[in-house]
Amino acid sequence: MFDSLGLLPFLPFLGFLILFLSGGGLPRRIVAVVGAGSIGLAFLQALLLALPVIENDSLVSQQVIYSWMSVGEFESKFGLYLDGLSSVMILVITGVGFLIHLYSTGFMRDDPSYSRFFAIMNLFVSSMLVLVLADNLLLLYLGWEGVGLCSYLLIGFWYSNPSNGYAARKAFVTTRVGDTSMAIGLLLLFTQLGSLNIEELMNGAETQWGLGSGYAVAASLLLLGGAVGKSAQLPLQTWLPDAMAGPTPISALIHAATMVTAGVYLIARTHTLFELAPDVQLLVAFIGLATLLMAGFTAMTQRDIKRILAYSTISQIGYMFLGLGVGAWSASVFHLMTHAFFKALLFLAAGTVILSLHHEHDIFKMGGKRKQLPIAFASFMIGSLALAAFPFTSGYFSKDEILLAALAIEGPGLWLWIGGVVGAFFTGIYSFRLVFVVFFGESADHHDDKEVTGFTMAFPLMVLMVFALLGGFIHPPTDFVFSVEEAHSEHSVSTLIHAIMIAVPLAGIGVSYLFYGARLWSADRLLEYSLAKKLHGYWFSGWGFDALYRGLFIKPLLGLADLNRRDFIDSIVATIVAVSEAGNGLLVRFQSGSLRWYVLSVVGGVAILLTLGGLL
Amino acid sequence: MNEIPLEAGLLLATILFAIGLLGVMTRRNIVFVLMSLEIMLNSAGLAFVLAGARWGSADGQIMFLMILTLAASEVAVGLGLIIQMYKKFKTVDIDVLSALKG
Repeated sequence: MFDSLGLLPFLPFLGFLILFLSGGGLPRRIVAVVGAGSIGLAFLQALLLALPVIENDSLVSQQVIYSWMSVGEFESKFGLYLDGLSSVMILVITGVGFLIHLYSTGFMRDDPSYSRFFAIMNLFVSSMLVLVLADNLLLLYLGWEGVGLCSYLLIGFWYSNPSNGYAARKAFVTTRVGDTSMAIGLLLLFTQLGSLNIEELMNGAETQWGLGSGYAVAASLLLLGGAVGKSAQLPLQTWLPDAMAGPTPISALIHAATMVTAGVYLIARTHTLFELAPDVQLLVAFIGLATLLMAGFTAMTQRDIKRILAYSTISQIGYMFLGLGVGAWSASVFHLMTHAFFKALLFLAAGTVILSLHHEHDIFKMGGKRKQLPIAFASFMIGSLALAAFPFTSGYFSKDEILLAALAIEGPGLWLWIGGVVGAFFTGIYSFRLVFVVFFGESADHHDDKEVTGFTMAFPLMVLMVFALLGGFIHPPTDFVFSVEEAHSEHSVSTLIHAIMIAVPLAGIGVSYLFYGARLWSADRLLEYSLAKKLHGYWFSGWGFDALYRGLFIKPLLGLADLNRRDFIDSIVATIVAVSEAGNGLLVRFQSGSLRWYVLSVVGGVAILLTLGGLL
Repeated sequence: MNEIPLEAGLLLATILFAIGLLGVMTRRNIVFVLMSLEIMLNSAGLAFVLAGARWGSADGQIMFLMILTLAASEVAVGLGLIIQMYKKFKTVDIDVLSALKG
């Protein structure tokens, strides 16, 4: 029974059903057991399922649960598919997911909507598992939309504040742009290849479409649109920083570890298609590069602890896209996994900081907190080291592989590598800016706050610390899935390159130390220059994308809606209203209230009728 | 015995009806309006009796009895309403009592 793939998404779904149907009537202890327990069981089952695949990565198991729909020639099955790639994903989703659920039982303990929180979290994990296990793109799309819905519900979890609702709508609508593109891509693939089964699609594309054929380019571009929306890449990245309005465990689970990497998974899953369209694949690399640089600049200027982490997530997913674009498929999935460890760690630690300091988000109001918040401090140190790719932490190995693969490709490879290394420099700066400002220096505020801790909150942090440090030694079993293995070979790379890649993040950390640790240099003094001030404002607002979109899309749309308020169809309705009002005004005069007038009209009417009768 | 010609009787009924109708239309005092209505009812009753006599049928007289009862009850209700109206509005002028206009 435990080798059934169908059970895996069903366990969290069962948890969702229990919590949802009980309508918040269950005691907290039971809610916590059901909510976290269902994910824990799912993790154990995922281990059982994935261990054989890790031992032998050519192992693939498939299971068709039932025929979902069958219309004419079209048939979609509720079929699940487990290979090396999905094994990594299910382990990350259920493993990190379980730790975050466990953390949430402590983090959310005072929230009145405790049960609703866990219900939606369970639904999310279930949808995410469907997404990564689906053997056809339609089922994948079901999971894709399911996680989008849960993301919406959880960003707006504290819905009584209208700005949270706005952030949720923004995330939903922005990702919807990408999802529409993806839906069109699915239709194109189906009409051209006659199937949505991923295996058949990839085989069909390889045999029927040549290298660089128009269909391959169009289909991969459309799928890329979906991936860009979900993974918050340029130009659809604006929703992710606002998505931080949700509770912090949500940011850790959905907006760092799992859902936002669904785009990376989609591209890795359909990599055959992208290999047929080399131009699009290169575009993926450049989108990743542009995004990681853009988000790196922005992260250096933010003040809100969660927004810094959000931009850093965007930037790290940019690295994954860069890896995908240069054909380093397994390196990207590797980075996806290590990123899930250290970013979940950072977000959960940020949750501890925020909760301990009574919902303080501004890092410049913290300062000197390393004695006050020892567990959060340790977590932030390790997480930031891994994020900045400090040698032999998990992030170092995965980022290294991506950058080496970028260097190996011909043409723009060197530029992609340089861009990636510059990004790594920024990563060093912004991650340690956060550490130095929050945990070192003078205590600015919140002197007496104690660290909120306890087993449920400390244990996940400790486990994640171990994985963030040592996760680089786990090798994802994806070599078989991406049988066209990366071309680069290790020994052709000179030691100089390696030295640069180790030195640059360290330099970033050093610069950060000079500014925020030792305070030899001051960022505030830099801002006295008008150019720096202008750039700072620009970066702080995320390169002005929000303002740009407001001017480019939102305002014209609102203008159109305003114009349409007095439209033609409405004027027809308005005429009917005007005519009946005029008729009413006319008839009201006859109702004079004068009895004699009524009699007169009756007599007149009778006279007319009689005359008519006489005439006929 | 000299019979009254039917035409003369019908003419009388018509004249009575016209008088009544004019009274309903022109009178302001609601008491007079009610009286004029009685005249109209009686003219109709007269026409029934005449027609019954003409055709040698009792139906006309039965009809007149019914109109008589109807008129009596109408006056009973109508006068009751008028008294209430006078108590409330201190007037019997129907031109003043026009609160039901649209």
